[in-house]
Amino acid sequence: MFTFPRRLASTAALVSMVTLGLAACGGTTKDSAAQSTGAPASAAAPASANPNAPLKEGLKIAFLPKQINNPYETIVDKAGIEAAKEFKGEAKEVGPSDASASSQVSYINTLIQQQQDAILIAANDANAVCGPLKQAMSKGVKIVSYDSDAAKDCRNLFINQADSEDIGRSQVKMLADMIGNKGEIAILSATANATNQNAWIGFMKDELTKPEYKDMKLVKVAYGDDDDQKSFQETQGLLQAYPDLKGIISPTTVGISAAARYISGSKYKGKITLTGLGTPNQMREFVKDGTVQQFALWNPKDLGYLAGYAAAAIASGQITGAEGEKFTAGKLGEYTVGKDGEVILGKPFVFKADNIDEFDF
Amino acid sequence: MAPDVTTADPADDVKVPAPAGRGRSPFGRFLRWDVLVGVLLVLVFIGGSAGSPGFASIDNLSFALGDLGEIALIALAMTMLVVAAEVDLSVASVLGLSSALVGALWDAGWAIETIIPLVIVVGAVCGLVNGLLVTRLGLPSLAVTIGTLALYRGLAYVVLGDRAIAEFPQQYADLAVGDVPGTPIPYPVMLFVVLAAVTGVVLHATGFGRSLFAIGAQEEAALFAGIRVKRIKLILFVLSGTVAAFAGVVYTLRYGSARADNGVGLELAVIAAVLLGGVDFDGGKGTLGGVIAGVLLIGLLRNLLMLNDVSTEIQSIVTGLLLIISVITPRLVAAAGQRRRSPSPTSSSTPPES
Repeated sequence: MFTFPRRLASTAALVSMVTLGLAACGGTTKDSAAQSTGAPASAAAPASANPNAPLKEGLKIAFLPKQINNPYETIVDKAGIEAAKEFKGEAKEVGPSDASASSQVSYINTLIQQQQDAILIAANDANAVCGPLKQAMSKGVKIVSYDSDAAKDCRNLFINQADSEDIGRSQVKMLADMIGNKGEIAILSATANATNQNAWIGFMKDELTKPEYKDMKLVKVAYGDDDDQKSFQETQGLLQAYPDLKGIISPTTVGISAAARYISGSKYKGKITLTGLGTPNQMREFVKDGTVQQFALWNPKDLGYLAGYAAAAIASGQITGAEGEKFTAGKLGEYTVGKDGEVILGKPFVFKADNIDEFDF
Repeated sequence: MAPDVTTADPADDVKVPAPAGRGRSPFGRFLRWDVLVGVLLVLVFIGGSAGSPGFASIDNLSFALGDLGEIALIALAMTMLVVAAEVDLSVASVLGLSSALVGALWDAGWAIETIIPLVIVVGAVCGLVNGLLVTRLGLPSLAVTIGTLALYRGLAYVVLGDRAIAEFPQQYADLAVGDVPGTPIPYPVMLFVVLAAVTGVVLHATGFGRSLFAIGAQEEAALFAGIRVKRIKLILFVLSGTVAAFAGVVYTLRYGSARADNGVGLELAVIAAVLLGGVDFDGGKGTLGGVIAGVLLIGLLRNLLMLNDVSTEIQSIVTGLLLIISVITPRLVAAAGQRRRSPSPTSSSTPPES
């Protein structure tokens, strides 16, 4: 019995020596691989776009969300399927029940076998889906990512909800309108190093330098770390530290709902104006009880609708995904493809008491 | 259809010193579950080819086989463990830990040629920990590996957090994704065929393999017969961890994305395939051929259901039912066989049948 562990130990020692030996010899590292990568061959020769081509009838398109039965994604995809009815296409939604990195991959394969004209994907992992998507593209299937992008060379188009500048500037405008361009304001963000949050806050600060906001003063940026309880406490702290505070912008769905919950139950209700980015289901009660007048997010219905039309436009040859091409997305009107094949849905959508009940997510 | 029932030695489990009363009637020969699974597999294949365009295409089958790669590899080691009446639930977490390590070390600028052997050694150590806890402390492997399932997954998150590392060298990615030149057979499947052949021989044609069946059937008896039960079990756990770590490398390269959450829940697919293949969860009974048929059946059935737009919920209901049937049926057959042989008072009292 005692010989075994010893033998095992010597085997382990041998293996680690071999390992070290290999390490000493060098080998393929991140840097050397990056150097050896030559010019990447583009997946397909850029076909020329024909802006006057009609939308083909009977196009087969499939929505592949991050996860099936997720209320937000269901709204997006349903709207896309509605759009397909308008241009007489066949659309469907398929997808995995868990949002793990690799779960979408086998769906991409089956969609290729089903000879779909376009696959619309909200990628769980920008790279894990890349191989099969490239395979699909090499077989002539058009790939449109929406909501959450795949790696740039693995899709033709990305339908982006809203751009950072629009989000940042519109949040300031929204709050300024409600407080009459006057008073102290604060921001309740998520984490201090969240890229998207910081980009928005950068544009908010820039917007505040404009002359029309000279009477508005940003006193503090607080961080709730996307934690409900911490955001709640940070709100409490802001209101105690700045008794003259007039407004709070919380550009995070966790932050805004925690802040609204604190304000609605405190003496500050009605004295402080709160806005930011939130979802209708989280914010409904606070809009109804008057704590919050308005907040923003993109309209998921429009996102799905636009994605559906974009897929039809590219599958019909109206566009190829090159910058500057234009296409019409039904009732939403004309859109232009931006840099890196990005199409931006538009300004953030504002939710108020009179429209909030139209949304369930 | 490269790996098939052929790797099994169909007559083999006759040699097994099975506990009294397991069905050995003439009917039993034909009603063996693993043969039925093989037949079912052929039926799914024929039905799929006829009814679903795209199913029998080379691309689709090649993809479906490649997609099963990691499950199939891990199932080889799991078959041996379950035959010896043990189980390793931590395999998917070892896969995740291995994936996370590959990502973290690659990101830190290590050479992939160093990373791969190192990660496999880590997998062996994970297996060794499982094995020592089971054999030295005498703990049940189900409990031990539920614990290490959480432990190893936790370590994976410590190593890589919620980051995803991509852009691995093309030549290695090709090994995980590409096909053997001139054939539609993905490299990992080729590797699996070789390993399956080795495992089949070890399990069904060597003394070591026979001792696994003996341990699974009657551990006490095996011990008295001079089989070094603890040592063999330790080897099996180390093997299981090693294979899982290797599968983690394949998984990472195949998806081109190293993440701590890779392969979550994969252990269930592996165990489902092993049980569906006719291996008795109580140990001592089963064939590798059955397990391979089980892996293929689950994989191709799922592929077929997806091609026909059957929702994820229904897919899991189908696999769940299949699994339950596979566990129940052999017992019903055995019970029926036993009833046919007029039960003597001695034989009915001996089997510790659950």
